[in-house]
Amino acid sequence: MTPKESPSRAPAIELISITKRFPGVLANDRVSLTVQHGEVLCLLGENGAGKSTLISILSGMLRPDNGSIRVDGAEVSIRSPRDALRLGVGTVYQHSTLIPALSVLENLLLGARSGLMLDRDGARKRLAEMAGMLGIEVDPEARTGDLALGRQQQVEIISALWRGSRVLVLDEPTSMLTPQGVEELQKVLRRLKEQGTAIVFITHKLHEALAIGDRVTILRRGRLAGALSPEQLGTWSVEDLRAAIVRLMFGEDTAGVAGAAELSADLAKVEQEHSGLSTAALDGTTFLELKSVSAKGEGTEPGIEAVSLQVRAGEILGVAGIDGNGQRALAEAIAGQRRVTAGTVELFGVAVNRMSVSARQRLGLRYMTDDRLGEGIVRNLGVALNMFLKRIGEPPFWKWGRIDRRRINAEASAMVKAFDIRTPGLDTRAGTLSGGNTQKLLLARELSFDPKVVVFHKPTYGLDLKTTEHVRAVIRDLVHKGAAAMVISTDLDELIELCGRIAVLSRGRLVGVVDNGPNAVDQIGSLMIGTSKELEVA
Amino acid sequence: MALEAEATVDASLETVLRPAEAAPLVRWWRTVVRSVAPVILALIAGGLLLLVLGRNPVRFYVAVWQGGIELGGWQNSLVLMAPLLLIALGLIIVFRAGIWNLGYDGQYLLGAALVAGFGPSILPNWPTPIAYAVLFLMAGCAGALWTVIPALLKAWYETNEIITTLMMSFIGVGVANILVKGPFQDPTVNIPQTRTIPFNKMLPDVGGTRVDIGVLIALAAVLVVHYMLTRTSFGLKLAVLGANQRTARHVGINLRQVILRAFLWSGFLIGLAAVVDILGLWAYVRANWNPGYGDTVIPFVFLARLNPLVIVPFVVFYAVLSTGGDLAAQQANLPTDFLLVLVALILLFMTVIEYLGRRRDLGQSYLTPALRDALRRPLVRRRSAQ
Repeated sequence: MTPKESPSRAPAIELISITKRFPGVLANDRVSLTVQHGEVLCLLGENGAGKSTLISILSGMLRPDNGSIRVDGAEVSIRSPRDALRLGVGTVYQHSTLIPALSVLENLLLGARSGLMLDRDGARKRLAEMAGMLGIEVDPEARTGDLALGRQQQVEIISALWRGSRVLVLDEPTSMLTPQGVEELQKVLRRLKEQGTAIVFITHKLHEALAIGDRVTILRRGRLAGALSPEQLGTWSVEDLRAAIVRLMFGEDTAGVAGAAELSADLAKVEQEHSGLSTAALDGTTFLELKSVSAKGEGTEPGIEAVSLQVRAGEILGVAGIDGNGQRALAEAIAGQRRVTAGTVELFGVAVNRMSVSARQRLGLRYMTDDRLGEGIVRNLGVALNMFLKRIGEPPFWKWGRIDRRRINAEASAMVKAFDIRTPGLDTRAGTLSGGNTQKLLLARELSFDPKVVVFHKPTYGLDLKTTEHVRAVIRDLVHKGAAAMVISTDLDELIELCGRIAVLSRGRLVGVVDNGPNAVDQIGSLMIGTSKELEVA
Repeated sequence: MALEAEATVDASLETVLRPAEAAPLVRWWRTVVRSVAPVILALIAGGLLLLVLGRNPVRFYVAVWQGGIELGGWQNSLVLMAPLLLIALGLIIVFRAGIWNLGYDGQYLLGAALVAGFGPSILPNWPTPIAYAVLFLMAGCAGALWTVIPALLKAWYETNEIITTLMMSFIGVGVANILVKGPFQDPTVNIPQTRTIPFNKMLPDVGGTRVDIGVLIALAAVLVVHYMLTRTSFGLKLAVLGANQRTARHVGINLRQVILRAFLWSGFLIGLAAVVDILGLWAYVRANWNPGYGDTVIPFVFLARLNPLVIVPFVVFYAVLSTGGDLAAQQANLPTDFLLVLVALILLFMTVIEYLGRRRDLGQSYLTPALRDALRRPLVRRRSAQ
């Protein structure tokens, strides 16, 4: 009796009371899940809710401390990713696991049962068969590194299903995709569902969960917070569903409810302010201007070429683009961390190409990096010192080269309060703060001492909903006070919410600037995809 | 309380990737254990080795104690401490910035050759304070100058400084030998060595002892360096650079300037070690002479976790072991190289503890990540070229 022949009534996957403990944290606390064949289960939760841990357990990367797993009704133990594949559980991870230098076919053969000889013809046939089933086209000989990210993800899905997996786990699959890419992914998932594949779809975006899931399960602080059944999803109104999910994600305790109320108040405020924003921006003077600026890339990420843009006082300029299209080069060229090879960067009408990072800082330029832990802070230094890293040696905090600890601590504790940083103390090592508090620390550092032009790079990436809203409110507040802001983000929703104008970066070039409005998403999406399609044809 | 609980949940994902933070007291205790354990284990293993060789380990260590502390041995130990401390400080400054300066032999010997070469002619003829000042500056600057090429290569081209400082060290040792055998050669003897500095022009002794003021100079330098590292903006810049070069660039620290200054300070202090040693103890330099202070002091620099105050007890320990060990080895009829075996055992046990610490994810290391990466980089390149 093999599971393939009898489409058994038993669920495709059952997780029963899974518990996983890490030093100091209970990542999963007696979590039980069931996924049926031919169904999409959306797993929703904030960062740190335990989604990734659960997925790692399912895919064999981690082993649970307690609890059991059943596949097609039979109890199994998944000790390694190989076990998972053998049991028919394929996983597509958030970041690509394909080898860019190899062709699509070669990448797929890597995951195949290893015989002595590579069965290229058989593989080609299987690929054509699977592509047909999913309704996509894939050139088996294309170098995977040359494919668009959406296409790469399709290859990953094929790879996960290559050995006949009947359960597909997708970990935050939309984070790297264009809006069009997300739509295509949804189509593929629908076809897989019709084939009877069970799909577990992990996301922290509410609207995706509602659009894609047959059932939605919410994790909170490692526990199952609740679930919405297909009936509820089918009959409730969108607002009711939203409210229910927000309540489940934040919990019913006072802190959570307060957070949710804050959140909706914030959202209301945004909509009010939104109309006023774009007009106010128009009469501002230009604070930051790039005149066909080029800069080299580093490693695998591309540089920028001939980028021209302006950011005016009182304006938030968005920069959209899929990750790795020159965002870092752009930000670093402005901040002075990367040499500009052509063109000029102007601050307040003055060319600053030759100015050092600190000289630009003194003019009022701030750059909030996206790499908080790797670049933003020094983990082993205290919170207070980390807030003053950009002012080392400057009076009144350093006198005659000697640090004035009392002064720094006084100022730092005011900053901790103003930016709501939750830290046990000022000397607490910054590396022990949570992601959200680390970001607040960076906000405090960049936005204190009169900033005039601030470049935010992925300001809310990886943050929970509440902190995200907090950060966005701070950015809005900043430009209301007359500063200019640039927000570089891969989250289109965020740019739509914040920005008056949105520039689109693709393969290191600025391919267009879109005024925020009803059609903005489509326009931006087609700008993103336009260039990548051209390149694929060529 | 509720706020704190929330913060913990927020952090849980990162905690998955990173070992839990232990309580401060536990961390402090672990640090002490990890610093002292290799020394104790080395002494025990050394004792076992003595047993195997048919010597009485208790008698050996008692002899070390007697030779290094009792019977006036403490005076020799204090004299030896001066150059060791200054070299340790020179290493601490660069190591803090995540930079290796392994050119200490060349820097030290160049300084020593210059002092022993010019000292005998300057000291009797010039007013003593001025002569001292000139010799101190000369040796310090010679040491600093010898770091300039590796520093510039590192600052502008990110050349791996392990290789460049070692190469410069070979050249420095060679140049020092040429100086000793050539222009500084004592014409009155057939042995290749410099003239001898007159006894009455050596550094003065501290009241009533045979200990020259070199050790006081070194201890003053300890305080100065400690102040520099903990209180000044330069010290913080060193720490940021050492912790994370990308952060240093991001916050606007002038990397080239800090790298250059760290190297210069390091070379300068190592040069000072040479003056203090020649003017306090040796009075002349012989060709092909190399006391190899740097090699012996490096393990202790890491055991002290690059802390200029903590290095002092470690240097005391080694100075006593070294002076007393000479005597003890003679008594036990062993070559004095047995002391190097003990130092090597310390290094061996540091490696073992480092390995166990990594296995158990204690998150503490003798080396800072930057220093470890610099060590690995040439290996990684070689591997990718294969």
